[in-house]
Amino acid sequence: MKSRIVIILLLSTVVIFWLEAAPARAVESGLPKTGTIGAVAPSTGEAKICTAELRQMSRSGKPPLTAGVNVPRPPKGKGEVCVADTDYMRRFHMDLLAHQRDDTVREGIRTKRFSLKECIACHVVNGPDAQPVTYDNPNHFCRVCHDYTGVKIRCFECHASRPPLGLRSTLPPQGGDAKALARYLKDVEQ
Amino acid sequence: MSGGRPATGARRGGGNATSSRRDFLRGAGAFTVTLAAGVTLMAYGETPAAARQPGEPVTSKQRWGLLIDVSRCGDGCTACVTACAEENGWKQGGNPLTDAQWIRKVTIRNPKNGVTRSAPVMCQHCADPPCVDVCPTGASFKRADGIVLVDKHTCIGCRYCMLACPYKARSFVHEPLQDQKPYAPRGKGTVESCTMCVHRVDTGRIPACVEACSATGNGAMLFGDLNDPGSEISKRVAQYPTSQIRADLGLDPGVRYRNL
Ligand code: HEC
Ligand code: HEC
Ligand code: HEC
Repeated sequence: MKSRIVIILLLSTVVIFWLEAAPARAVESGLPKTGTIGAVAPSTGEAKICTAELRQMSRSGKPPLTAGVNVPRPPKGKGEVCVADTDYMRRFHMDLLAHQRDDTVREGIRTKRFSLKECIACHVVNGPDAQPVTYDNPNHFCRVCHDYTGVKIRCFECHASRPPLGLRSTLPPQGGDAKALARYLKDVEQ
Repeated sequence: MSGGRPATGARRGGGNATSSRRDFLRGAGAFTVTLAAGVTLMAYGETPAAARQPGEPVTSKQRWGLLIDVSRCGDGCTACVTACAEENGWKQGGNPLTDAQWIRKVTIRNPKNGVTRSAPVMCQHCADPPCVDVCPTGASFKRADGIVLVDKHTCIGCRYCMLACPYKARSFVHEPLQDQKPYAPRGKGTVESCTMCVHRVDTGRIPACVEACSATGNGAMLFGDLNDPGSEISKRVAQYPTSQIRADLGLDPGVRYRNL
């Protein structure tokens, strides 16, 4: 009698472990990119998970191990790297933008690195018509995370949320010469 | 910046308030001068601004200004207005009562002899701007280089500045907008006005209106640094009698008129 109970207990523990580990196995075997993975998140801080998991996603293209969380998946910008470390951008892009905003409007500083125009020019998401989408579209780069976290920004009531159609860069129309380009590249390098 | 505005009329005189309007004979001679001026205008307009690197803040070493030669301003010509609307993305044609108007052509008539003159009027970029004085949030401000702007990030749309401006130079955006120019953001609920094309000036170019005016061959508008005695605009302001609109208010506008 006693040994039977012990065996049942042991068996159920094994089953429970099996079930708990299922999602992780599913991930390793290449679960489709649904964005939802069904178990409990590790007990690390929410923000940290988000960053680490997002990084893992953008690097490997695989779904993260974060479980039970519908993590946002912002599409990658053009090129390989952002204008600062990706983790830093995730956490502090709003501060960079606010700083740049005051510098530009109040002091006439027009460096390109943290300019909102440049974010928009690089972080283009194309719609079904192969044209860049505006902020009205939930797939817009700046909306993916914000919709998820419930952040509302009003920037695009005024600012263009996509580069002008048919234009690759927001360099001023007459500034597209070699000198301006060199200046731009130097600027981006800093 | 706001305190110590001189009493009304303190800056009057010194050749500023020319009230008599001289008839101007438009001859072949005047045309040649115009063309030559158009050339120097470009050269002088671009050099000082280009000297600043993109990362350097503006300083009060410069004071940007415009000189408008009214006698050269074409009567029915609206090239400057069209160019401004195109550059900054404020188009006319919607509701004439509420449409934004950053620059407009004004016809002035001397009741004594019936002589009329036509001239563009935009934000006059005052040294002592009343719009800045009345702004409750600090959104209206004067940049170190004399350009008067609205920081739309701080503007709450109260429109005190519109009431305070003696030139009626400011507009309020009443409707939601789409597809603004990336370098000229505009949006509902904020006040706006001529920015002297800061986005161009900061990168060493001249304002769109000035460029369009010289392209017509009239060459009525000159952009430059009023603080630099060597600039074309300063030379002309020193050489010829020029006036400021409502100079009696003592606001010291950076937009000067000649032959008004
Ligand atoms: C009511 C209109 C309005 C809104 C809303 C607005 N801006 Fe702006 N913004 C402007 C204007 C006008 C400029 C000046 C453009 C210039 O001088 O080139 C500007 C300039 C900037 C600049 C510097 C130019 C650039 O492209 O880098 C940044 C950065 C910026 N804004 C960020 C923001 C952010 C972030 C938000 C949202 C939190 C925002 N703005 C919301 C009107 C607006
Ligand atoms: C030259 C192109 C380029 C520009 C300009 C640029 N980015 Fe990026 N950004 C990228 C790329 C590429 C990535 C992905 C990097 C990675 O996978 O590590 C990225 C990633 C990001 C991320 C993280 C997205 C994620 O996967 O979680 C944020 C947030 C971001 N950018 C914001 C901005 C902002 C704000 C600006 C303007 C100040 C900006 N970017 C300008 C290319 C750019
Ligand atoms: C990696 C996800 C992510 C992406 C991509 C992203 N954001 Fe954010 N953003 C956030 C989060 C999360 C917050 C809220 C942070 C907080 O409250 O501390 C935020 C906040 C902001 C804020 C401050 C809002 C406020 O009310 O204080 C601004 C402005 C902003 N983002 C602009 C942008 C712009 C512009 C883009 C596109 C270039 C962008 N963000 C793309 C995640 C993102």
